[in-house]
Amino acid sequence: MKGRRIFGLFLVLMVAGLALAACQSATPPEEGSGDTTGDSGGGEEFVFGMILVGPKNDRGWSQAHFEGGQYVEANIPNSRMIVFEKLNPADQPEATVEGVVDDMVSQGATMIILTSDEFEEDTVGAAEKHPDVTFIMASGDDAWADGQNAGVAPANVGNVMGRMEYMKALAGCAAALKSETGSIAYLGPLINFETRRLASSVYQGAKYCWENYRGNDAADLTFTVTWIGFWFNIPGVTLDPTEVTNQFFDSGADVVISGIDTSEAIVVTGQRAAAGESVWAVPYDYEGACDEAPDVCLGVPFFNWGPAYVGITNQVIDGSWKQSFDWNGPNWANLTDKDTTAVGWVDGPALTGDAHDNLHDYMDKLASGDANPWRGPINLQDGSEYVADGQDATDPQIWYVPQLLEGMTGPSQ
Amino acid sequence: MNTRTFLQKIWPSVPILLAALVITLLLLIVSDNSPLVTYEALWTGSFGSADRTLSTLAFWVPLLLCSTGLLVTFTAGLWNIGVEGQMVMGAIGASWIALRLSAANPAIPGWIIIPVELLTAMGLGALWAALAAVLKIRGGVHEIFGGVALNSLAIIFTNYLISGPWQPPEGGSFRGTQPFPQQALLPLLDPSRFSPLSLGLALLALLAVVLTLRGTHWGLRLKALGKNLRGAFILGVSSEREAILAMMFCGALAGLAGSVRVLSWFDSLRQSISGGIGFLAILIVLLAGMRPLWSLFIALVFSALLNGGTIVQLRTQLHSSLSGIIQGTLVLFVLLFGDFDRLFGPNQPQSEVMEVADE
Repeated sequence: MKGRRIFGLFLVLMVAGLALAACQSATPPEEGSGDTTGDSGGGEEFVFGMILVGPKNDRGWSQAHFEGGQYVEANIPNSRMIVFEKLNPADQPEATVEGVVDDMVSQGATMIILTSDEFEEDTVGAAEKHPDVTFIMASGDDAWADGQNAGVAPANVGNVMGRMEYMKALAGCAAALKSETGSIAYLGPLINFETRRLASSVYQGAKYCWENYRGNDAADLTFTVTWIGFWFNIPGVTLDPTEVTNQFFDSGADVVISGIDTSEAIVVTGQRAAAGESVWAVPYDYEGACDEAPDVCLGVPFFNWGPAYVGITNQVIDGSWKQSFDWNGPNWANLTDKDTTAVGWVDGPALTGDAHDNLHDYMDKLASGDANPWRGPINLQDGSEYVADGQDATDPQIWYVPQLLEGMTGPSQ
Repeated sequence: MNTRTFLQKIWPSVPILLAALVITLLLLIVSDNSPLVTYEALWTGSFGSADRTLSTLAFWVPLLLCSTGLLVTFTAGLWNIGVEGQMVMGAIGASWIALRLSAANPAIPGWIIIPVELLTAMGLGALWAALAAVLKIRGGVHEIFGGVALNSLAIIFTNYLISGPWQPPEGGSFRGTQPFPQQALLPLLDPSRFSPLSLGLALLALLAVVLTLRGTHWGLRLKALGKNLRGAFILGVSSEREAILAMMFCGALAGLAGSVRVLSWFDSLRQSISGGIGFLAILIVLLAGMRPLWSLFIALVFSALLNGGTIVQLRTQLHSSLSGIIQGTLVLFVLLFGDFDRLFGPNQPQSEVMEVADE
C-alpha cells in the first residue's frame, strides 16, 4: 500500500512534468531569457559575481554595491554581472557563501565581489577552493599586510573599502552646526571595529564644528550612541529604530544621525518636524536618502563603489591584479562625482545659510589637511590617550579603534 | 486498494501540486522568463551535480527531523509552532558542548564528543518543548502563543550568546561564534556539508515514529488524544502526560535538527540558525496530511526547491523569492483544498474515537 502511494506521487510529478514540457514546446523560444553563454560579439565575455547581504534595491548598503556592479557593466565592454541577493541565514537558510560561490564559478565567474563583513570568514575557504578566481571582499581586512588578520587571506583575495570616516565627520559637523540643544544622537547598528570607527568619526566632526564654528565648549556637547543590535530592524531581536529615534528626541536631542542600513531615523524626524518640532536628521548609505523627508535632511554620506570596482576589474582582466587592501578616499574636488570618488556627501535641503557655508569650509579644511578628524589629542572613552596631541592616527589606529572616544555616551563593547 | 480509494488517498495533493506548478508557470510567462530555463535551473540547482545533490540532502535532514517530530505532536492534536525555538535551543546545546567542553579539551575524541553534543541538543530541545506544554496545561496558554514567545526567547538568547559570552576573540560581529574544533563537527561527505550520520539518525527517527504511532499503546493514546480530547479523557488517557511527552519527543528531534545545522551545515553557532526550517516543516506535515512517507518526500521536494532556487536566481537573475512564491502558492492551496478534518479531530463524531479505542 505504501509502495503504491509513492508510485502515485511519482505519477503526479511525471504528469506535471509532461504538462510543463507540452506547454513549453508550444511556446516559441524567447530571446534574452537566461541565455548564459552568449557574448555580444567580439572579445571574450568577462563574468563577475556580486554577493549581497540584503536586497539589491534596499536604498542602502547593498544597493550601493549593486550599482557599483552596474557601473562596471556600463564601463567595461563584454562584462556581465551575476548577482545573488539576500545571502543571510534569516532570509535564505539554504544558501551558503561556499555554495553560491561554487554556483557562480560554474556560471563562468572569474571574479567574485563579496559585500559584507559577515562573509569574510567563509570567503577564505571559498578562495582556497577556487585559486583561479579573484575574490574581492568589501569591508574586510584579511588581505591587509598592516592589519590584525595579516596573512589570513590566500593570495587571490583582496579587500576594498571607502574612507567613510571623512564623510561621517561631515555628518557630525552638519549636526553640530544645526543643533540648538547641543544634543546629538547616533543610531548605531551593532558594535564592532567598523561601527565604532564611524560613530567616533561622527563625534570628531561634531566636536570640531561645535568648537570652531559655533564657538562652544566641547563639554556642552552631548553625543549619545544607541546600538540597536543589527544593521536593520529585526522585530523581537533588535531594538526598534523607530522607537529609539523617538526616544532620542524625547530626551532632548534635536539631530539624529543614522548609522544603520534603513531609513527609520529620517522618517521619524520628518514626522516630528511635521508636528512642529525643530529636529533634523542625517541618513546614511544611499545618495537619495534625503527624499524620505527633504525638509529635515542635513545631508547624506554615501558609498560609491563603481570606480574601485572598475579599476579592480580592469586589473583582473589584464592579469595585473595582485592582492591588496584598498582603502579609497574621496575626490574632495567633487564629492558627488560618480566617476571618481569612493565616498561622497550630498548637502540636504535643510542645510542652509551659515551652516551650509561652515560645512563647506570644514570640507575644504579636510581636503587640504588643515583639519583631520583623526588628529590628536584623541582620548578613548575610558580616558586613556589614543592619539597624542598634534599627531595623525595611523590607518590601523583608525580601523581598529578599540572603544568609543572620550565625550561620547554609549557602550563601547 | 482499488483505484477509487487510491484516488481518494492522493486527493487533494494532486490539485495542490498541479496548481502550484501552473501558477508559477504563469508567473514566469507573465514576467517574461522562460519556464524551461527556470525549471531546468531548478533541477540543476537541486540534483544537477554531485555537489548540488549532497547540498539538497544536507538541507533535507533538519527538515525531515522537524517534520518527523511534528507528526507526533499533530497526531496528539497539538500545534507545536515552537518547533523553531526548540531547534534553536538544540543548536545552542550542541554549541555549548563544542565550545566549552571540546575546545577546552581537544584530547576528547569525536566519538565521545558528538554523542554528548547530540544528546545535549535533544535534551535542551525537549526541555523547551516541555515549557510550552506546561504553559498550556498549567497556565492555560495555548501552545501556539507559548511557542511563538519561546521562539523569540530562543532567538534573543542566541543573539545574546554570539554578541556576548560566546563572541569570537576578535570581537563581536554578530555573525556567529568562532568555528568549533574539527573533532566536534559531524563527519562530512567531502567536499559537501552533508553528514550521512545525520541522515541515518533522521531516517531512524522517522521509522521509530511510524512504528510508535502504528503499533504501540502510546501511539494509540496520542491518536485518541488528537481525535477527541474529552473522549480520550473519559476512556482513561491522561491528556496532560501524553501532551507533555508528545511535545518533548518533538522538541528532542527539533533539537537534533538544530545540532545538525551547527555541526554540519555551519561550523559554528550563527544568528538565526533555524531560519524558518521549523515553520517549513509544519507546512510539510500539513501538506502530507500527516502521512510519514509523504512528509519524507515533500521535505525532499522542498529542500530541492530551495537549493534549486539559488541557481535559478543566478542563471535567470529572477528574484530570489521564486521558491517562496511556489511555497506560498502551496500553502494557499492547502488552505483552499486541504483536508483539515484529519488534523482537527474534535469535530468528528464520537464513534470514531471509539473506533480508535477499539483498534
